[in-house]
Amino acid sequence: MDKKLYKGVLIFAEQKNSNIEKISYELLNIGRQLADKLSADLSAVVLGKNIKNKSQELISRGCDKVYVYDNAVLENFQQDIYTNILSELVEKQKPEIFLIGATYTGCSFAPQLAAKLNTGLTAHVSSLEVDETTKNLKQIRPAFGKTLMVNIITPQHRPQISTVKSNIFKPAVIVENRKGEIIECTANYENILNRAKFVKFVKSEIIETDISDAEIVVAGGRGVGTAKGFELLKEFAALIGAKVGASRPPVDCGLIPHSYQIGQTGKSISPKIYIACAISGQIHHTIGIGNPDIIVAINKDPDCPMMQRATYALQVDMYEIIPAIMMEINKKNVLG
Amino acid sequence: MNIVVCIKQVPKSDNIQLDEQTGKIKRDGVEAVLNHCDEYAIEEAVRLKEKLPAKVIAVTMGPPSAQSILREAISRGADEGFLLSDKAFGGADVLATAYTLSQGIKTICSANIIICGKESSDGETSQVAPALAHFLNVACVPFVNKIDSIDSSAIKLERVFENGYAVIESTLPVLISVTKDINIPRIASLKGKMNAKKAEIKTLDISAINADENRTGLTGSPTRVANMFSAGNAHPVSCEKLTGDAKSMAKSLVEKLSAAGII
Repeated sequence: MDKKLYKGVLIFAEQKNSNIEKISYELLNIGRQLADKLSADLSAVVLGKNIKNKSQELISRGCDKVYVYDNAVLENFQQDIYTNILSELVEKQKPEIFLIGATYTGCSFAPQLAAKLNTGLTAHVSSLEVDETTKNLKQIRPAFGKTLMVNIITPQHRPQISTVKSNIFKPAVIVENRKGEIIECTANYENILNRAKFVKFVKSEIIETDISDAEIVVAGGRGVGTAKGFELLKEFAALIGAKVGASRPPVDCGLIPHSYQIGQTGKSISPKIYIACAISGQIHHTIGIGNPDIIVAINKDPDCPMMQRATYALQVDMYEIIPAIMMEINKKNVLG
Repeated sequence: MNIVVCIKQVPKSDNIQLDEQTGKIKRDGVEAVLNHCDEYAIEEAVRLKEKLPAKVIAVTMGPPSAQSILREAISRGADEGFLLSDKAFGGADVLATAYTLSQGIKTICSANIIICGKESSDGETSQVAPALAHFLNVACVPFVNKIDSIDSSAIKLERVFENGYAVIESTLPVLISVTKDINIPRIASLKGKMNAKKAEIKTLDISAINADENRTGLTGSPTRVANMFSAGNAHPVSCEKLTGDAKSMAKSLVEKLSAAGII
């Protein structure tokens, strides 16, 4: 493999219902930083139906080139079609770096694409830097265990492909009158391989617990122990205008649905206030909590990482303290 | 019909340590168990077997000790277990793991359905399944939370997205990864445990699966751990311990949150 043939940064601009998803703008932000460091172009690729008119916004947000595939067959994600079109584009354009959102869509096709291109893939990345000399991308993600981050590189293969967590980078801002090139691309849509066909989409009936934009989050961990405990947290959250989240262990135990999970394999949040109840604070969880102004940790174990990191650490049983806090708040509200 | 379930032996959760020299997981002296998500993959395979004539074959890549999870799969209803084990497989990343598994599966049988758990508890990447689909050259549907129907040539299923699910119709052979919403795994039956005890676990090495040694293990892995560092506190904060009984702690916290304009 001749690494010198590979240049620039490409991002996958994800769309749903012909609207560009926020993650795409987040990738443009970090992608622009990496491209500038390499003195190279930043490109985006978008696949969708009636999506061409969204290309200019990608340019306004920092892109130099947009490759657009606009066809009815691309309206919804289909594994074979997306993988094949993207691998063809990558083989032709040869980007040094290809960034994809670590969304359900991104995590579905990125590994198959990387395998097809015989290159490395680093999943769920939370920080990216590039070495100007070697052009190696430092792909940083939490490692197993408590407090270690691991820096993964792909020294001999190109492109370097990463899936990037949502809500880690801020969306790139619009710069009016920014110029770029829109390149309309096409594929042999009639004869394209499509073994696993999209039939229909069913929107979740449960109103999605959208904690990713919540300003205050109350989350429960392993120590909550019962589904009833989460009812208590929900009551508490309602009182202070917060949303409820969870770390992985209670989700694994079925105490609360996965849509509430915060962390490496759950949601990333960026609240101003984070109240961690019976959460020990393993790195897999804390990677998803952003940088809150205030962290309140409630835990019986004074030595767990969350208690060390907290702004206010309360060494106490949550079942004892939360009713007490609620009583104090109610008292205060009554007194006005 | 042949249903292959790919499973993985992982360190028991909460006890995962890294060797800071090599960047690899320390496995010595750490209790190893069946990856939690894989229980759902095995259960789904067994449920399919109850619906149509099929054989369920569990496959794993790992050290000789990984035999135990293959026995566990048999106790939960799998018919056979194959262990892909060779020194040349060590240190594999997603690409090399998927390649090795694909060579193993191709050697063992002509698979109609390949089922993987959504993710492993130690790597948490969810990435091996789609890469494996590439090497097996089969249709791929990741993050499946329901199988609606299946016959000898097609399958209809539901797969998860952020805000709902998509209904997918796929031809066979197909590779799917399953979420934990797909079923509730049964515990092993007594009969299953007896079967597991006397089952013969076949071990296949690199030559048995006809794999290229340049494509397995660390040699075949394009990604490298460059270094590791402590996550520490990216933004050190002054940690204040609130003391006293629950009532006084509650009172002082409410005062502080109130002063910060939160309540």
